[in-house]
Amino acid sequence: MGKQPAAIIGVGQTHHRAKREDVSMAGLCREAIDRALADANLSLDDIDAIVVGKAPDLFEGVMMPELFLADALGAAGKPLLRVHTAGSVGGSTAIVASSLVQAGVHKRVLTVAYEKQSESNAMWALSVPLPFNMPVHAGAGGYFAPHVRSYIRRSGAPTHVGAIVAAKDRNNALKNPYAHLHNEGTTVESVLASQMLWDPIRYDETCPSSDGACALVIVDEQTAASSPNPAWIHGTVMRSEATTAAERDQVNPQAGRDAAAALWKQAGITNPLEEIDAAEIYVPFSWFEPMWLENLGFTPEGEGWKLTEAGETGMDGKLPVNCSGGVLSSNPIGASGMLRFGEAALQVRGAAGEHQVDGARRALGHAYGGGSQFFAMWVVGADKPTS
Amino acid sequence: MTRTLQAPVTVAFDYTRSTGPVIGRFLSGLRDGVVVGGRTSSGDVVVPPLEFDPVTHEATTEFVEVSSIGTVTSWTWVPEPVKDQPFDRPFAFALVTLDGADVPLLHALDVASPAEVRTGMRVRVRWASERTGHINDILCYEPLAPGEAETPNEVAGTSGDDPVTGVVTPVSLDYNYAASPEESLFYRGLNEGRIMGQRCPTCQKVYIPPRSACPADGTPTAEEVELSQTGTVTTFCIVNVPFLGQKITPPYVSAYVLLDGADIAVLHLILGVPADEVRMGMRVKAVWKPRDEWTFSLENIDHFAPTGDPDADYDTYKHHL
Repeated sequence: MGKQPAAIIGVGQTHHRAKREDVSMAGLCREAIDRALADANLSLDDIDAIVVGKAPDLFEGVMMPELFLADALGAAGKPLLRVHTAGSVGGSTAIVASSLVQAGVHKRVLTVAYEKQSESNAMWALSVPLPFNMPVHAGAGGYFAPHVRSYIRRSGAPTHVGAIVAAKDRNNALKNPYAHLHNEGTTVESVLASQMLWDPIRYDETCPSSDGACALVIVDEQTAASSPNPAWIHGTVMRSEATTAAERDQVNPQAGRDAAAALWKQAGITNPLEEIDAAEIYVPFSWFEPMWLENLGFTPEGEGWKLTEAGETGMDGKLPVNCSGGVLSSNPIGASGMLRFGEAALQVRGAAGEHQVDGARRALGHAYGGGSQFFAMWVVGADKPTS
Repeated sequence: MTRTLQAPVTVAFDYTRSTGPVIGRFLSGLRDGVVVGGRTSSGDVVVPPLEFDPVTHEATTEFVEVSSIGTVTSWTWVPEPVKDQPFDRPFAFALVTLDGADVPLLHALDVASPAEVRTGMRVRVRWASERTGHINDILCYEPLAPGEAETPNEVAGTSGDDPVTGVVTPVSLDYNYAASPEESLFYRGLNEGRIMGQRCPTCQKVYIPPRSACPADGTPTAEEVELSQTGTVTTFCIVNVPFLGQKITPPYVSAYVLLDGADIAVLHLILGVPADEVRMGMRVKAVWKPRDEWTFSLENIDHFAPTGDPDADYDTYKHHL
């Protein structure tokens, strides 16, 4: 017996902010959950199982969130699981939840991912000096900036391509009431004029630090029949690789390439650039848009920047990317991957509001984490998959 | 000499917690010298209040002030208190159902020996004189003597006006960082001014630091290879941003240096050249600290500096990006 059909019928998210001091972690999760359940026209009592994800423990100083959140998540008497995969956790959490439905184990699964970055300091947490080692690390930006430089050198991309991405995503965010940053008037020029933080990454090419949560309700075929606009799952893939293998390709990681190839095959897609109508790709630093366009196989290697530079990743382009404003506009790290997955579902449900891509039928949700070590992605569609 | 090197590490941070309105109401009460519970949909009064009702899942909105006097329902003895516990002398932890509440609230009970504790005994809250909106605003429970009038302790000190919305929860983890035997070889080499790698017997790649398990095939690296002190900058970034815990003052160049003979680059600092003149392919050499400052650490190499040689050809390092 193959996989059972599964669909997303509820998507909820918080208003993402630098500091959500008005709510506890439980309250933050419930804000997203209550919206997702309302969207699905279900209550917590209808839910069979709950899957929760959050950022690495040091980021918030919370271990075992499933333990203290069980009450608030309505998990009493139900299975409650927690998923870990660093920054990709929101994506892999959604995939674990969907697999419970696809496996026929549960009919209605609630999944939630969250982070309150304001309660800690992720930059500190990523840069704790270890004995015997050189304390030269500088957070996520410090980790990824050299690989961005490698991409620019390898692809020959003009140096303003990153700024094109940042300006696009920040303007897209103006159409998303939940986005953290609503920076009116962002232009390529204003991005290029912003401070260089981790050369070659500028301030405006960097994601913000956000508090926020996202929740999804994923259900079986029978339950989905009651939804006016289910987003059907056409494929889900996770892949990992060793962070520090010799001669590992840090610009175009093997695990990402393999995951994408498997995903397109699962979804019956032979030409993703032609067949995907909207993509929500995990882009915490602007240059990762062209890098992941190549890694995902939307373009040949070395040519992702051409799609971006030509404006084809804009709202009205050939492949609209991050119409929600993306990670560059809202980054509650633990939830960021699930936001990508949820926004992809909103697009094919025709429920993305002002940032809706007209007639979107198939969309990609993507997340990566660690040192480009974990990849999670799904394709969702307006139509029930045929196989 | 032990086989592996170890060193103590402390990871400490003062995390903040937003309480939300429900726990905030409880903590505001403690600050004002009042114990506040929440009523559930089944009518029970729970202390501290639950943020969400266990049956209806709705947010708790009905709050009830309960007594600061109650009954011990269970307890345990703490013969050897540890750091940051309520007392530095032996004491009890007790579950106490305060009058007006339906479930117990755990806190310390100030008694000198386990013989002075029994389930069913009556106790009352002893308040801290300076209260901030924290569980430690209750110093402890204290026994009521048999026959003693059941009078609550006086609430001294001041009350605040604003609702409590946050608390600070300091976390400090102390542990021993243990390097693997292979890494220990590397760090011991550094203490002798040498850069030691190891070759993986399966894939033949030379790793720095050596590995207990090659990331590509899981084999422990074995054959020792002393690496050159000279290498090539494969890629780098210029760190301009200051951050908490930073050890090097920005701006600085954080670079991957591929030492001649190694198959993986090592992250280090580039000095001796203006940051904006560092290039991919630049040839650099290790500049060591004075010998009397050496320890078992990669920090013995103060930085890498340009050799002045022509840049390496891109093809020689492009597979290391």
